[in-house]
Amino acid sequence: MWRWVRQQLGFDPPHQSDTRTIYIANRFPLNGLYTPQKFIDNRIISSKYTVWNFVPKNLFEQFRRVANFYFLIIFLVQLMIDTPTSPITSGLPLFFVITVTAIKQGYEDWLRHNSDNEVNGAPVYVVRSGGLVKTRSKNIRVGDIVRIAKDEIFPADLVLLSSDRPDGSCHITTASLDGETNLKTHVAVPETTVLRTVANLDTLVAVIECQQPEADLYRFMGRMIITQQMEEIVRPLGPESLLLRGARLKNTKEIFGVAVYTGMETKMALNYKSKSQKRSTVEKSMNTFLIIYLIILISEAIISTILKYTWQTEEKWDEPWYNQKTEHQRNSSKILRFISDFLAFLVLYNFIIPISLYVTVEMQKFLGSFFIGWDLDLYHEESGQKAQVNTSDLNEELGQVEYVFTDKTGTLTENEMQFRECSINGIKYQEINGRLVSEGPTPDSSDGNLSYLSSFSHLNNLPHLTSSSSFGTSPENETQLIKEHDLFFKAVSLCHTVQISNVQTDGIGDGPWQASLAPSQLEYYASSPDEKALVEAAARIGVVFIGSYEETMEVKILGKLEQYKLLHILEFDSDRRRMSVIVQAPSGEKFLFAKGAESSILPTCIGGEIEKTRIHVDEFALKGLRTLCMAYRQLTSKEYEVINRRLFEARTALQQREEKLANAFQFIEKDLILLGATAVEDRLQDKVRETIEALRMAGIKVWVLTGDKHETAVSVSLSCGHFHRTMNILELINQKSDNECAEQLRQLARRITEDHVIQHGLVVDGTSLSLALREHEKLFMDVCRNCSAVLCCRMAPLQKAKVIRLIKISPEKPITLAVGDGANDVSMIQEAHVGIGIMGKEGRQAARNSDYAIARFKFLSKLLFVHGHFYYIRIATLVQYFFYKNVCFITPQFLYQFYCLFSQQTLYDSVYLTLYNICFTSLPILIYSLLEQHINPHVLQNKPTLYRDISKNRQLSMTNFLYWTILGFSHAFIFFFGSYFLMGKDTSLLGNGQMFGNWTFGSLVFTVMLITVTVKMALETHFWTWINHFVTWGSIIFYFVFSLFYGGILWPFSDSQNMYFVFFQLLSSGSVWFAIILMVVMCLFLDIVKKVFDRHFHPTNTEKAQLTETNSSIKCLDSMCCFSEGETACASVGRMLERVIGRCSPTHVSRLWSASDPFYTNDRSILTLSTMDSSTC
Amino acid sequence: MAMSYNSKDEVDGGPPCAPGGAAKNRRPDNTAFKQQRLPAWQPILTAGTVLPTFFIIGLIFIPIGIGIFVTSNNIREIEIDYTGIDPSSPCNKCLSRNVTPCICTINFTLEQSFEGNVFMYYGLSNFYQNHRRYVKSRDDSQLNGDPTALLNPSKECEPYRRNEDKPIAPCGAIANSMFNDTLELFLVVNGSFSTAIPLKKKGIAWWTDKNVKFRNPPGEGPLQERFKDTTKPVNWVKPVYLLDSDQDNNGFINEDFIVWMRTAALPTFRKLYRIIERKSDLHPTLPAGDYFLNIKYNYPVHSFDGRKRMILSTISWMGGKNPFLGIAYITTGSISFLLGVVLLVINHKYRNSSNTADITI
Repeated sequence: MWRWVRQQLGFDPPHQSDTRTIYIANRFPLNGLYTPQKFIDNRIISSKYTVWNFVPKNLFEQFRRVANFYFLIIFLVQLMIDTPTSPITSGLPLFFVITVTAIKQGYEDWLRHNSDNEVNGAPVYVVRSGGLVKTRSKNIRVGDIVRIAKDEIFPADLVLLSSDRPDGSCHITTASLDGETNLKTHVAVPETTVLRTVANLDTLVAVIECQQPEADLYRFMGRMIITQQMEEIVRPLGPESLLLRGARLKNTKEIFGVAVYTGMETKMALNYKSKSQKRSTVEKSMNTFLIIYLIILISEAIISTILKYTWQTEEKWDEPWYNQKTEHQRNSSKILRFISDFLAFLVLYNFIIPISLYVTVEMQKFLGSFFIGWDLDLYHEESGQKAQVNTSDLNEELGQVEYVFTDKTGTLTENEMQFRECSINGIKYQEINGRLVSEGPTPDSSDGNLSYLSSFSHLNNLPHLTSSSSFGTSPENETQLIKEHDLFFKAVSLCHTVQISNVQTDGIGDGPWQASLAPSQLEYYASSPDEKALVEAAARIGVVFIGSYEETMEVKILGKLEQYKLLHILEFDSDRRRMSVIVQAPSGEKFLFAKGAESSILPTCIGGEIEKTRIHVDEFALKGLRTLCMAYRQLTSKEYEVINRRLFEARTALQQREEKLANAFQFIEKDLILLGATAVEDRLQDKVRETIEALRMAGIKVWVLTGDKHETAVSVSLSCGHFHRTMNILELINQKSDNECAEQLRQLARRITEDHVIQHGLVVDGTSLSLALREHEKLFMDVCRNCSAVLCCRMAPLQKAKVIRLIKISPEKPITLAVGDGANDVSMIQEAHVGIGIMGKEGRQAARNSDYAIARFKFLSKLLFVHGHFYYIRIATLVQYFFYKNVCFITPQFLYQFYCLFSQQTLYDSVYLTLYNICFTSLPILIYSLLEQHINPHVLQNKPTLYRDISKNRQLSMTNFLYWTILGFSHAFIFFFGSYFLMGKDTSLLGNGQMFGNWTFGSLVFTVMLITVTVKMALETHFWTWINHFVTWGSIIFYFVFSLFYGGILWPFSDSQNMYFVFFQLLSSGSVWFAIILMVVMCLFLDIVKKVFDRHFHPTNTEKAQLTETNSSIKCLDSMCCFSEGETACASVGRMLERVIGRCSPTHVSRLWSASDPFYTNDRSILTLSTMDSSTC
Repeated sequence: MAMSYNSKDEVDGGPPCAPGGAAKNRRPDNTAFKQQRLPAWQPILTAGTVLPTFFIIGLIFIPIGIGIFVTSNNIREIEIDYTGIDPSSPCNKCLSRNVTPCICTINFTLEQSFEGNVFMYYGLSNFYQNHRRYVKSRDDSQLNGDPTALLNPSKECEPYRRNEDKPIAPCGAIANSMFNDTLELFLVVNGSFSTAIPLKKKGIAWWTDKNVKFRNPPGEGPLQERFKDTTKPVNWVKPVYLLDSDQDNNGFINEDFIVWMRTAALPTFRKLYRIIERKSDLHPTLPAGDYFLNIKYNYPVHSFDGRKRMILSTISWMGGKNPFLGIAYITTGSISFLLGVVLLVINHKYRNSSNTADITI
C-alpha cells in the first residue's frame, strides 16, 4: 500500500527491471511463469492540474514563492493578533494577486487540457481479438498492435511489424520531433513483414524485449523473439524499426506496429520535460532589493517597538486617565505583548514590500514579449517566419548581453549549399553554368573545358563506365581521367542518404523510368544540405540520382539508367566524421564509397592523389568553402563476406552495440583509394558583417564556435567581418600535450602584452581547447579576454556548452548569449544565459529549445539593441519605481508613529492602504513598462554604442537603487512634514473655522503622495502615447472620484465611518489646494534639477541621442488627441493638465532623423574606431 | 514549470516552413500599436525645456506666497493658557481636585480689535487623541442612532463599554474623556462693569456630522426615553440627553460632543468651542480693550503634563493664522527663480555642446 502511494506520488520509479518485456497483442504465455509488468496508458498529460486538485495545488505552488508566502504570513499575523490594520488590508491584495495568477495559470492549463483531450481522444485503429477496432488514442496499451494509415501521426512509440510494401519498409518524417524534413526509411523484422493483414497478425506470437524508456530520440535497443512453428527466432531491433510518437507516416499506405512506449513514456514526451529555468539579472537584483527592504522593514519595526517601550515606562503616557486599558490588556504577559507589538509594527509597515511587484513584472514580461513576435523588422518575408518568444522571463536580459557565441553554419551562413569546385584525381575543377571547367596546372589548361566535354560525350557511348576494360579505345591518360570522373560522381550520387520527394517517387515507382524526366524536376530531401548540394551538382553534371527503391539505387548517367544494389549504409556519425555505402554495381562488383571530412578520409587512404588533393582541400578551405573527400574501395566477394558478417554481428549485438559497430566501421573503412574532394559554398547571410560589427561596437564580444575545419572557419570569419585583416591572429591549434599547450598559451599571452596596439583574434580548435580547458583554464581565459575576436573550430556540441559555461563562471560573470540553428547547438543554447535559435534549414530543434527564435542572424541587432534595450530600461524603471512608491507610501506612516506614542495608529484608512498598490498606482507604471521608448528605435539600432549605457545592469546598480530609495524617503518627508507644518499647531484650514481630525491629515498626506508618485512616473516617461496620458491622468482622476464616492456615504455593515466626508471637507479648504500644489512641486523640484544638471554636465550617450531624435513634431496634445474623439474638450483638458505639471513647453532641439542615414556605416573609419574601442574594453 | 511539453506540438507540428498561403497569415500586422509606432509626444528635460517652467513657477509662486502671507498676517489671534501651572495664575488653585466646582478668571487685553466673525477654540497639548487604542474606542453605529448598537455597543469601546451592567451611551474612551470645561468671555467696560460676550454654540461641527453621521436613537418620546436602559459614561457628570437644553443640540447631536469625537491628528490640537458672530459692519466684533475669561475648571490635564489654552481667532478664506504656507510658497518660488537664472547661464554657456550633441564613441 505504502509503495503504491509512493509510486502514485512519483517518489519511486515505477519499473525496477532494466528491460521491459512486451507480449505482442498482449498474448501472455499460458504458463504462469511471468510477472506482468505494469505500463502506463497512452494518455498524454501536459496539464498540471485537474479540476479537483487545481485549488490546493495551485495555491501550494503560488505560496512557494517567497513574496506570496511573506504576505500570507502577514495576513495570518493580522488574523491572530490585535493589529492596527484589519486583515482585509493585506488579505485583499494577496487574494487579488493570487486570483490573477491562478486565473492565468488556470486558463493556460485549460488550453493544455483541451489539446490533451484532442490528442488523447484521436481515433486510432487497434488490432484486438482478431479484428480492427477503432478506439481512442488514450486507450492504446503497451503491446497493442496499431494500424496507421498514410499521413497519420503515430500515437505511441511503435515497433514496426509490417507495411504494405513487401520489404516491410516505410517512410516517415520526424519534422515535429527534431525538425528534420527529410524522409527516413524504417524497416521491419523480416519475419513479421509478411503479416500484412489483420488475420495474419493474429497468428503472430512474439515477445519484444527492450530497454526502459529514455529520452534519446536516436537510441533504441531491443530484440524480438518470434515463436514460429515451435522454434524461437531472435531478431535485433534498433532505432530503424522504432516509429516515434509524433512522427508522421509518408509514402506508405499503411503500417502495423506494436506499441512499446506509451503516453508520458514516449520519447517525445520525455524530451519535452524539464527545461531549465533561466533567471534574468534584473530578477536577481530585484531579490536583492527585496532583502534590503525587508531589512529596512524589520529595523523600522524594531526601532518603533523599542521607542514604544521607552515611552511606555511612564504611566502618564502608557495609560493616561482618558485612555485606560482593558483588564485583558493589562494582564497579558509582557513578552507576549512585546512580540505582538513587534508583529503589529511589522504589519503596519509591511506595505514597504511591494506586493504587486511580482504580478506587475510578470504581466509586463508576458504582455511585453508580444512586441517581439509582432515586430515586422524581425519578420522574414521569404520563409514567412516571425520571431518567436519561448520564454518571456528573459526579455530584459537581451539588453545585458556581453558575450555572443554563435554557430557558423546556418547561423552566420544561409546553410544553403552551392556546389562550387571539386578536385578529382589531383585536378581542380570549377562548376560554371552546370559544367565543370578545369583549372590549375593541367597539361591542356587552355582548353580544359573542351577536353572535358569531349570526354563526356565520349562517355555517352560507353556501356559500363566502371569497368576499365571498356575504355580501351581511348588514349590511356584520358581513359583514366574519365574513369576517375565517373567514379567520383557516382560516389557522389550514391554515397548519401538523400530522399526524393514523395510525389515523384510515387510516380516513378508505378511506371517505367522516363528518360525525359529532367533532373531539375527531381526534388531532393536531405538531412544535410551538403549532401543535397552534392547530389544536385552531380545531377547537373549528368549523373542523376533518380531514387532508391527497396534496396536498389537508381542512377541515370547521361540518360542511361543504372541500378545499384545497396548492400549497407555505414551511417554518418560525428566521431567518425564520415559515412560510407557498400553497393553492388550492375556488373556485380561491390564497391565501398566513403565520404567525409578530409581529416577522417585522408589517413585511411592508400591510393589516389593524396598530396595534391590535400593541397586543393586547403585551398578550398581558404576560400571559405566546405570540403568533403570522396574515396572508394573495391571489395572482393571474400572481403565482402567478412564485412557482411562483422556488420551483422555488430548490428545484432545487444550489449555494447555502438562500440562494436564503431569497430566494424573502422575495420571496413580502410585501404581506400582517394577519388577527390568537393567544395561547397555556404553563402553568408545578409548583413552578417554589419551585425557582427554592430555587436562589437555595442561592446559585445563575439565568439564563433563551429565544427568546421580551421581554414574554412578562419576564412568565413574573415569574410563575415569577425576577423579583420588588421588583426593579429593568434593560433592555438593542433596541440597534442598538456605542456605544449601551456607553453603555447604563455607565449600567446606574452604576445598580447607585447603589442597591445593591434587587435588580436584567437583561433582555437577542439582538441587544443579541451587540453586548455582541462588544465589551464585561467591562462586560457586571460588570453581570451584580451582578444577581441575568438574563433573556436572543430568543436563538438558539448564543448560549445563547456566554453560558455567557462565564460559564465569567470570572475566577471558576464551575460552570455548563444545563437545557433542546429541540434548540435542545443546544449550551447541551453547553457547560455540567453539562447537564440535560428529557424533555419536544420530543423526546429534549436528554435524549440531556445528562449527566442529568429529567422536570420541579422535580426539579432534589432533584438538586442532595440528590444533588449527597451525591455531593460522598462523593467529597470519598473522595479526601481515600485520600491520608490512603496517607500513614499509607508514612510509617512512610520513618521506618524513619533506623534502618536508609537501606538501603531495608521495614518491612512484601510481602504487606501489596500487599494494603493492595486488600483491607484498600478496602471501608469504597467503602461510605461509596456510602451516606453526613451529613444527612437531607429537611433538605437543605428548607434549600437548606446547599448553600453545599459551594460552591467547599470540602471539597477546600487547607486541608482540608493538614489531612488533616498528620493522616496525625502519625498515621504516632504509629504509628511509639509502636511504637519500646514496643520501647524492645528489651526483651522477651513473658511468657517471648523477643525480637521487625524483622518483628514492622513488623506492630505495620501493625496499629495498619490499625485507626486504619479507625476514622478510622468517625469520618467519619455514616450507619451494617448494610453499613457489616459492612465496617468486617469489614475489621479480616479483617485479623486473614488475618494469622493467612498467618503460620500455611510457604509452599511462597516464598523467605523472614519472617512465620512473627510475627503470632501479636505478639498473644500483653499489652503489644502495650495499646499498640495506646493508639496508636489517641491517633491519633483529636486528630481528635475538633478535630471537637468546630469544631462548638462555628464550626459550619457543615450541622453545625447535623445536630442538628435526626430519626433519633436508631435506635441503633448497631439499624442493625447490623436485617438480621442472630443477634440476641443480634450484640448482644454490637456491645457489644464499642462498647467498643472507645468512642463509641456517643449523647445526641442530637432534634427531630423532620416531614413537615408546609413545603416551601420560600412566605411573604415567606424571600423577602426570600433576596433580601438573593443580593445580597450 | 516542471513541464513545458505541449501536446499541441503533436497536432500542428508540421514541417517548419510552409511556404505560400500560410506564410501570409503569419505576417505580423502592420499597425502602429504592434509596431510600437503609436504617435507620441517625447519631451526631454533639458535646460531649455525646464527653464521657462522654473521662471513661471517662480513668477507664480512668489506672488501667491506673498498673498497668502499677508492674508495670514492680517488674521488676529490671541492665545491664553489657563492650565494654571504657574503658581501666580488664578487657575492654580484648581489643579488640586478638591475644589469642585472650581471657577477661575483670567484677565487679558486685546491690543487690536477683532473684526468679522471671531472663533473661540480650546486647545490641549500632550493629549494623544491619536493613540490607536483611543481612536478606535468608539461605536459609529451607536452614534448614528442604531438601537441595537445603543444597547450593545461595539467591543472596541472596552473598557468603556458597560458600567454596572448597563451599556454606556455614548461608549468608548473618546466620549468618556469629553472636554468639559466651560468658558465664558466678558468685556470689561470702563473699569468695573462688564458685559458677557454672546457665544454661539451651533455651527462648530461639520454639517454632515451633525446631520448625517450623528443621530439620536429613533423614537417619538423625549430624549431621556430614547436613551433608557443606558448609562452615562463613567467620567461624565450628567447623561448624554442632558448635554444641552436645546433639543436640536442635545444627545448625540450635541455639537460640542461631535467636535470632540473628531479625533485630532496630533497631540497638540485645537477644537472649535464657540463662535462670536459679527453684529454689524460698523462695530468690531471684539473691540480692543480688557477682557476676562471665566473658566469652570473641570478638565484634568496635569497628570499627563498637558496644557489647556483658550484661543480667539479671526478667520480668512484660507483658515486660521498660519504663516507656513506663505513662507513656503515664497521660498519655493525664489529658489525656482534662482535656479531658472542658473540654468539660463548654463544653457547659454553650453548651448553649443548640447545642440550639436553627437555621440562620441
